[in-house]
Amino acid sequence: MNRDSNSYTFLFATIMVFIVASTLAFTASSLKKKQDENVRKEQMQNILSTIGIAIDRDGAEELYDKYITEQISLRQDGTVDSKINAFNISLKKETRKPLKEQRFPIYVANVIDSKYYIVPLIGSGLWDVIWGYLALEEDMRTIKGAVFDHKGETAGLGAEITQNWFQESFKGEKIINSDDILVGISVSKTNNDSKGLDKDDHEVDAISGATITGDGVTDMILGRLKYYMTYFDIIKKEVIKKDEIDSDNKIIALK
Amino acid sequence: MSKALKPVIKSSLFFINKNNEPLFSKKNRALLSDPMDDNNPITVQVLGVCSALAITVQLKPAIVMTISVMVVMGASNVIISLLRNLIPNRIRIIVQLVVVASMVALVDQVLKAFAYDVYKELSIFIGLIITNCIVMGRLEAFALGNGVWKSFLDGIGNAAGYGFILIIVAFFRELLGSGKLYGYQVIPDLFYEMGYENNGLMLLSPMALITVGIFIWIQRSRNRKLIEKN
Repeated sequence: MNRDSNSYTFLFATIMVFIVASTLAFTASSLKKKQDENVRKEQMQNILSTIGIAIDRDGAEELYDKYITEQISLRQDGTVDSKINAFNISLKKETRKPLKEQRFPIYVANVIDSKYYIVPLIGSGLWDVIWGYLALEEDMRTIKGAVFDHKGETAGLGAEITQNWFQESFKGEKIINSDDILVGISVSKTNNDSKGLDKDDHEVDAISGATITGDGVTDMILGRLKYYMTYFDIIKKEVIKKDEIDSDNKIIALK
Repeated sequence: MSKALKPVIKSSLFFINKNNEPLFSKKNRALLSDPMDDNNPITVQVLGVCSALAITVQLKPAIVMTISVMVVMGASNVIISLLRNLIPNRIRIIVQLVVVASMVALVDQVLKAFAYDVYKELSIFIGLIITNCIVMGRLEAFALGNGVWKSFLDGIGNAAGYGFILIIVAFFRELLGSGKLYGYQVIPDLFYEMGYENNGLMLLSPMALITVGIFIWIQRSRNRKLIEKN
């Protein structure tokens, strides 16, 4: 057959596309289950690591069930939507919905008398989506730990947000200032505190050559946390109420 | 018995080696060694410069990228060389692209399922390989017109020549830019206390270009036949 004829070209292209498409489709669908399993376990692993529990991926599920006591999906007004499992919420899909229909997942962890609130984050880096988890201590103000991940940030620059030294610098920082206003944490190039000793400056030191990814992290933290403030206020009021009842009871008991 | 076996071995070798040339003849060895110097993909053929700028901030990604490109180039050169008498001339670039892209997609999927940690480390680079001009350049310039074994050597050789430059550039950029090598600090704290500072400019792409430029300068002053005559 003449290799330059139109019919040969069409025939070749058709066969090639068919073979390639079916091979790829077959591989993708037959490996899907295993891949999803990996992704799920990694999510558990990430959530655990924000509260300082380091575990390999295979052991993550067991510890996750042990320590994460609540998975809550919130509405915009801070009320709980019990119909939706927070763990299965895909933030990427969620952020495309109108604000009223969005659900905001939050995880509550109980580790030896301490309670932590873990908020999933999503935002944009330089090239593509970045995401992460931020764990807050019981005061809902101090950061217990943070993990970040990315899809396509530049290796060695923006991709450094996944490194320990960067994530460590968030520990102990406050997301709310002394006037009780949410300010988040800025990834700052003009930070005069490169060792991260000042934990009340709401700043961490930026990565050289990764300005836009760093700004993405700053925006992501503030942008996502603001949706949780109403919920935190509700919880704080409940805690105060409970304390008042407790102290009233004490007074009654004393009488 | 041994006499009967010989033709069988011969005919199986015939498939990859038509002229009965030794597998590592002088010509074939040159396919491996030329890209390291005389015909280096980056400094002489000027291919793959974009990725050389992007991933030479640290040694580790540069090494990882080198290995991945070697695998992809070896394999795609072999596939294209096997198909070289079937591919219609007018759509050959598309065919090459499809072969490279589907190979890369396959590797990506398999890694995601069976070696998730490796996948996480590599996934960005794997995507970058598709757009690496060296892969397409060698498919077009070599694999389409040469036998399987030679094409394989050519792929590996060019990937190695590419990686060689990548690793040299990454070495200097990581050392001067962050005072580390392969992620470990090599410049002692004492130096920093005495006032030494890392050169942040080394971390940015322009310095990669300048480092490659200096390398080309050194290479051409040593290897005079590379100098273009006007």
